[in-house]
Amino acid sequence: MTTTQHARLGDSTRRRSAKVPGRWRRHETWAAYGFISPWIVGFLVFTAGPMIASFVLSFTDYDGIGASHSVGLDNYRHLFQDPAVAKSLANTLLFTVMRVPLSMALALLLAMLLLRVGRASGFFRTLFYLPVMTPSVAVGILFLLLFNGNVGLINHVLGLFGVQGPAWTTDSLWIKPGLVLTSLWSVGSTVIIYLAALKNVPKDLYEAAELDGVGRWNSFRHVTFPQISGTLFFTLIVNTIASLQTFTEAYTAFFGSSNSQTYSNDAALFYVVYLFQQAFQYMHMGYASALAWLLFLVVLLITVIQAKVSKRFVYYEGDQR
Amino acid sequence: MTQLSVPPAGGARTERDAPPPGPPVRAHGPHRRPTGPHRAATPANRAVRLVCLVLASVVFLYPFFWLVSASLKPTQDVFDNALVPHVWQFGNYAEIWRAVPLLNWIGNSVMVTLAAAVTVTVSSALVAFGFAYFRFPGRNVLFALVIGTMMLPSVVTMVPQYLIWNWLHLASSQVPLWAPNLFGSAFYIFLLRQFFLGLPRELFEAARVDGASYWTLFWRIAAPLCRPALIVTFIFEVQASWTDLVRPLIYLRDPKLYTVPRGLKAVLDQFGDGGEMRWEIVCAASVVVTVPMIVAFFVCQRYFTEGIATTGNKG
Repeated sequence: MTTTQHARLGDSTRRRSAKVPGRWRRHETWAAYGFISPWIVGFLVFTAGPMIASFVLSFTDYDGIGASHSVGLDNYRHLFQDPAVAKSLANTLLFTVMRVPLSMALALLLAMLLLRVGRASGFFRTLFYLPVMTPSVAVGILFLLLFNGNVGLINHVLGLFGVQGPAWTTDSLWIKPGLVLTSLWSVGSTVIIYLAALKNVPKDLYEAAELDGVGRWNSFRHVTFPQISGTLFFTLIVNTIASLQTFTEAYTAFFGSSNSQTYSNDAALFYVVYLFQQAFQYMHMGYASALAWLLFLVVLLITVIQAKVSKRFVYYEGDQR
Repeated sequence: MTQLSVPPAGGARTERDAPPPGPPVRAHGPHRRPTGPHRAATPANRAVRLVCLVLASVVFLYPFFWLVSASLKPTQDVFDNALVPHVWQFGNYAEIWRAVPLLNWIGNSVMVTLAAAVTVTVSSALVAFGFAYFRFPGRNVLFALVIGTMMLPSVVTMVPQYLIWNWLHLASSQVPLWAPNLFGSAFYIFLLRQFFLGLPRELFEAARVDGASYWTLFWRIAAPLCRPALIVTFIFEVQASWTDLVRPLIYLRDPKLYTVPRGLKAVLDQFGDGGEMRWEIVCAASVVVTVPMIVAFFVCQRYFTEGIATTGNKG
């Protein structure tokens, strides 16, 4: 990477061979554990411990107050018979499959537009990022208002083009597409990531492609795409994991107090929303824990598949990282 | 997990790397046209791009204008889609103030957000320095665990964490909203470690020779040199904490303790569908919740964009 003669903090060269024993090294080890001790404590108390507890709870009927009883595999058996689980899982997967490719394509398009406009780039980049700063609750509210089937702005605009827009917020077929479109509003952080990646592509690669008389599309396909594939893969994983845990916008718009419950719709029942209801509204802590583990397995499975598939097209410069 | 590497401090490229504005490169015949993204655009090309960007900006910004406009309209006009209200009803903001303890919620949010951001920045920096500077047994395994927890869906630990706070009799307080940050957060630890790794080793060795303690290395050398990264961490957490709804939904029962997103949800339930159907009040509350974040963004936008660009370059 760098060719300076200054050793970076992370370099393990210099006198620090791992074989050298001695007082100063042991001293250093204790100091190191001192520095990372907050994380170790936090990991044990807030991550590892809860994971074990969650696993144990998933075999019980714990309701948060009374005693817990072991119910064996009942929670897991129930998972497969509960229509709400199938529904919410299907909703979540469908939402993810629609949202992730769309948001990545849109972000890449905007980033490439920003690339060749000189100083204006910074200005537009700022504008595109603003929606990311908007609290998700406010985004959920904006969804309800702008996508209202009768009086909302979206259908008003569609009407100008002679299109009769659907009832986005009440028609179960259109709720998820509406939420997907709403989520595209906050594509700004991905745009910034892609813009940085595109700027990091070495210029000489394009010059070489140009000398070979390569056209614009092929230059993108054989130079740009391989060079930014690592970043694309990173955003694919992160966006997928985030989409599978969609909660706030859907919960804001369709769930909550008994009043707004009348407005709720099975089409907006995302997996984490259902898990939240089971855990904190119906106090089915044991069942909710089983639900959490199912989500964990789904996330793990999808990440592993993506990692395997990505090996075929992600290009890492110079080595096999 | 593949090895992740991020350019060290200042590694994120900025505007400076963009081609300098100036006369476009002349095209000499069909095959001499430069292709890649670094080529200077022709004026026509540039104009098309700018038009596309302006159109996209309108789509991105319109909801904000719509929201502010709707918040100033009378009930029956909220959905009339006029950007300038026919009747300016500034009283909506006064009414929201009377209807709910908004000032109280904002105060709660400020306290919780500051506590969350300060604790996570300090603790994550300590841990990140530990991983960056020292070589110690178990370092790689432990750091792999840090990375692993970034992948873990938060819902897996949500229920037991609630039970822990319940057991400590703090489940109905604001403490669970920020106290976990005392122990660092995987994402920020990763981010800050990358910045610390970019510092020259000689600096620390010279200080060691002069008798500096490890704490001095961290507090007097590493932390000041990585101030931009610490600011990035701080404002990322301000944003995350200010906008979080999940934890307030779980932990806050008493409306007096609500943070603004939780309060906004309550406003929606009271004044929105199934409630009084007074959307202008909901809009006014949304504006009040959103504006502080927008202002914060304009104040520190350089840190935001550089921080995001850096975190995303994990090729």
